[in-house]
Amino acid sequence: MSGKMIGVDVGGTFTDIFVLDESDGTARVGKVPTSRPDQSTGFLQGITEAVADIGSVGVVVHGTTAGTNALLERKGARTGVICTQGLRDVLEMRRRDRPRTWGLRGDFEPVVDRRDRLEVPERTLADGTIRTPVDLDAVRRAARQLQDQGCIAVAILFANAYANPANEAAAVAALRQIWPNEHVSASSEILPEIREYERFSTTALNAYLQPEVSGYLGRLGAALDKGGFGGEFMIVQSNGGVMDVDTACRFPIRTALSGPAAGVIAAGYIARSAGFDNVITGDMGGTSFDVSLIAEGRSMLAPQTSIDFGMVVRTPMIEITTIGAGGGSIAWVDKGGLLNIGPESAGSDPGPVAYGLGNDRPTVTDANVVLGRIDPENPIGGKLARLDVQAATRAIDIHVGQPLGLDTLAAAEAILRVANSRMAGALRLVSIERGFDPKKFAFMPFGGGGALHAGAMLAEVGIARAIVPRYPGVTSALGCVIADMRQDFVQTLNAMLDGLDTEMLGAVMQDHHDRGMAMLKAAGTRFEARDATFALDMAYIGQTHTVSVPIPAQVSAGKVHSPTQAQIAAAFDNVYRDTFGRLLPGGVRRILNLRSAVTGKRPKFDLATLAPTVTDPARPKSTRKVHFGTDWHETAIYDRLTLPVGTVITGPAILEQPDTTVLIEPGLVGRVDPLGNVILETGPEAGA
Amino acid sequence: MSEIDPITLSVLAGRMEQIADEMDATLFRAAFNPIIAEAHDASHGLYHAETGDTLVQGKSGLPIFVGVMSFAVKAVIEKVTADGDLADGDIFIFNDAHIGGTHLSDMRLVRPYFREGKLFCWLASVGHWHDVGGAVPGNYNPAATEVFQEAFVLPPVRLARAGVVNQDIIDILLRNTRLPQSAQGDLNGQLGALALGVRRMDELLDEYGAGTVDAALDALGIRAERLMRSELEAIPDGRWEAEDFLDNDGIADTPLPLRVALEIKGDRMHLDFTGSAPKCAGPVNIALPTTIATVYVAIKHIFPLLPANAGVMRPIEVTVPEGSILSAEFPAPTGGYTETILRMIDVVFCAFAQAVPDRVVANAYGTINALSIAGRRSNGKPWVMFSFYGGGHGGSPEGDGLNHGNAPISTATIPPLEILEAAYPVMFRQWALRRDSAGAGRHRGGLGAVYEIEVLEENGAEGFLFGERGRFAPKGVAGGQEGALNVFTYQQGAEWPHPPLVSKMRGIRLKQGEAVRLETPGGGGYGPPAERDPTAVALDVARDYLSEAEADRLYGPTWREGMR
Repeated sequence: MSGKMIGVDVGGTFTDIFVLDESDGTARVGKVPTSRPDQSTGFLQGITEAVADIGSVGVVVHGTTAGTNALLERKGARTGVICTQGLRDVLEMRRRDRPRTWGLRGDFEPVVDRRDRLEVPERTLADGTIRTPVDLDAVRRAARQLQDQGCIAVAILFANAYANPANEAAAVAALRQIWPNEHVSASSEILPEIREYERFSTTALNAYLQPEVSGYLGRLGAALDKGGFGGEFMIVQSNGGVMDVDTACRFPIRTALSGPAAGVIAAGYIARSAGFDNVITGDMGGTSFDVSLIAEGRSMLAPQTSIDFGMVVRTPMIEITTIGAGGGSIAWVDKGGLLNIGPESAGSDPGPVAYGLGNDRPTVTDANVVLGRIDPENPIGGKLARLDVQAATRAIDIHVGQPLGLDTLAAAEAILRVANSRMAGALRLVSIERGFDPKKFAFMPFGGGGALHAGAMLAEVGIARAIVPRYPGVTSALGCVIADMRQDFVQTLNAMLDGLDTEMLGAVMQDHHDRGMAMLKAAGTRFEARDATFALDMAYIGQTHTVSVPIPAQVSAGKVHSPTQAQIAAAFDNVYRDTFGRLLPGGVRRILNLRSAVTGKRPKFDLATLAPTVTDPARPKSTRKVHFGTDWHETAIYDRLTLPVGTVITGPAILEQPDTTVLIEPGLVGRVDPLGNVILETGPEAGA
Repeated sequence: MSEIDPITLSVLAGRMEQIADEMDATLFRAAFNPIIAEAHDASHGLYHAETGDTLVQGKSGLPIFVGVMSFAVKAVIEKVTADGDLADGDIFIFNDAHIGGTHLSDMRLVRPYFREGKLFCWLASVGHWHDVGGAVPGNYNPAATEVFQEAFVLPPVRLARAGVVNQDIIDILLRNTRLPQSAQGDLNGQLGALALGVRRMDELLDEYGAGTVDAALDALGIRAERLMRSELEAIPDGRWEAEDFLDNDGIADTPLPLRVALEIKGDRMHLDFTGSAPKCAGPVNIALPTTIATVYVAIKHIFPLLPANAGVMRPIEVTVPEGSILSAEFPAPTGGYTETILRMIDVVFCAFAQAVPDRVVANAYGTINALSIAGRRSNGKPWVMFSFYGGGHGGSPEGDGLNHGNAPISTATIPPLEILEAAYPVMFRQWALRRDSAGAGRHRGGLGAVYEIEVLEENGAEGFLFGERGRFAPKGVAGGQEGALNVFTYQQGAEWPHPPLVSKMRGIRLKQGEAVRLETPGGGGYGPPAERDPTAVALDVARDYLSEAEADRLYGPTWREGMR
């Protein structure tokens, strides 16, 4: 099917639209203010402004932060839990951790109140044996009580349900008989994996989000329908793949990192199109700097994350490392005389001192303002008319300059140097510390502030170049259009390799394969290819950390052929040797989980359609004084979107565009590549 | 000493901390045993070339090691000074707790870092090995009266000389553990972490020069000292005392006092532990290095922004009488050191709470409750389930204590019950919060937990427990009340007896279908209970954290006004 594909990313301030016309390969971008409280108005407005005839749109893909925000702000539905007798506090007891190592302060409230967690007689043992069949009368009583107490969603959380879901399934059926409710999550359906806290938490958070997210997506769907949309509506998952909207309504927890994942997917694609398969992305926002690594075109996936203390979500997700160094991070000098950045942040409201909204402690952005790197007359984002340089100067003097005995400029440079070194630390963490050589990577900043710090990352980490995408502000919307359709499955097997029943393994693989393919089939989208991949979490017996072992599996005519024990053994040995350097002679190989991924590859489009068409040679629109090191430099300012392909600009220079500011420091050179990206590299004259 | 500008110092502080963090991460990934891999019972850092003082330490390691590691380095410095030789590529190894602190399970590796032929600093790695011989697998022997019954003892010896590893040492080590594969894996991981530290230091010194880094290390010490002094200066001068007791030493049923007098004068502090119990027969003694390290842990919980740097200790004087439980000498057993240092932290908190009540949290549950259930399966294979259990944290000036937290000396998490049930023939009948366990207060303590574990194996099993707080409950501060006592019972047919020594017992025989039940303490309360918001009390009752009867007793009947 051909037609228009639209990616929509709803942010805090703007809703970004990316439109791809599959019939001729052209693309364009749009931006409207995000509507509140109902985001669907702005969502639809953005689409109708971008395309005249919504009926010509085949697919709308949405990267959403609705789920993340509901979790962070604790605005999910009142949720009840029905659980195994004796275990109602698992959610609240966590894995016996604490919020911070030092200080012993802070308590924790789970999203489900203790009064809404009810126990029923039932018990399944670790080997799947049912020791106590579930007491269905007790389940019905619990269901009625939860209903009476005002619960809207329910999570069924039974011990060892990963090994045998029968008791949970019976409880769900009994509950639905007396309480027809689409917001019921059973732990064996959401995550049939061993470890009750992680499974219960993920399941309870899924239930907690279901009414909120399905309501939100329902409103968007209805708005689209009303506008005359007859195509398919899909949602980006945390793993970087998309799912249909019905799946998203059943498994809203899979959207926990939907928005950021779309951004990383796009960054990887832009970098690859520009000729770089290895890239580290850096999204600098108001309070944090989010870093993700893509090696050989593939994103790293993390098995779980914690949205906040005690809110564990275990679904495969693009690995994003966050440090507290954003534009709003506060610079302060401790009593020992050491300059620190963060973790306290002024965020975007009240934001930096220069915003004039009530914060009087200096931030990283204030340092950029005082040094002339940000134009105080034309702040990006369009929210403020101008920035208050004097207030920023005063704040830096009082809180950093005076305690350290530095003048304003030296103090502002100091703030940037320390902030850059913290950001560089995050890049080292995801690269050097994981065995990747940063020299082989490009750095891609996105978000409003990242491109001001790109040059520093080259100098600090030894990265060869930075790529600033042509439209850094719509990266997530672009990612929506590029993402493949993907479904992940997990099943705990908990077996020794020697005694493994490969027929049973084959049957589980077949089940995962069939369910994934059915989902692809149900989607109206065109796929270039469909494939299923399988991996086993394995370790030697006695070892805690498992390694992920991709296993060879033949699929012919829809039939999955399980690998033999010998094939699995060989695959494990290879991975283990690569990871730990040596095998353990005589060690017993154990299989914990099967993980399957079914992917429908969506057609890609050529980013050249977004490339600059202008040919007039680049000319600075103005100059202004910008401070680097110890001196002011008269610095050329360019309008970035007017630069033709092939332009080479030697630093110092600043490229401005509505959603970001690109800083080319002295000694760096910026080059506009054929796709309109700006590639920053060390200039030839700067030498070694 | 060359000068260093404050900005370079800030940058270098972050870089060096990252080196130590990366050493931690390297070992966590490579380690074979879950105590290191999951519970992160390990630590790494950089230490002063001449004094062995802590310069920088990783953030992810176990809190207690932050203070104790420098003693391992000091011991090695003593040895090489006596021997009169030290070469680049030497690596030392030992577990002797009387020299290096903590207990014999902690294997310490110390390596000199040379720059241009000169000793620049020391790198060290410590990790809790799964088994180091002795009478009991896992080395928690509640009946030990000498270290020899706890584990084999290795004094500081050269594992490698000038880069060449001495296989003889490794052979001795592996012959003295029940789990040689695990030990080999952990040893490899620790060697890997040290090698990584050397590489990263090389890179750092290439980039900044030895002079600058050296100056930064000195400056960080001065800064740490300055931070500590400024905190102490803000505390009014005075002298405050606190005491608490251990239930017993596992041998004789006699309470063991721990006493401290805290004296603040200007920007200096003196902690005097005179009056604490003399050395005891059982394994709750601790060596002097452990005592000093524990002072550091307690102080850093009260002032969390203090860095992991020896400069912090410069304005602090610690007095420990000779022959005390806190300065035990070889070969006194130290295997149960965790219980003693938890109580030390409690008394230091209680002393500080009188001086600066707005800075201190009430006592946490105060025992790690090492519980082991072991037996043989019908096929003859032995099994040992060994774990530590959680309890409540103390109420704080800011709010209620955390329900079911981990011990202040640790950041270890508890294994999931499903992992335990999959690995061992047991079933958790209950894994829940413990009602009426929180210490009352304006901000109550966190709740302790109830764990009831049934043996499924037809051959039955044998249990042992090493716990505390069976007779002396976690204290409240600033007018807050005590949390509940630790209660351990075990099922014998229709009976549920208590151990004669309350919190410690070995040789508990359990038949199939019988269970043990552990009810752990809640945290102490903060502030007078009368100041607690009645709606908060009512909510605790509604949530069944607190029974109505206890609410009446602790808070008076007015809490009912808080009911909605």
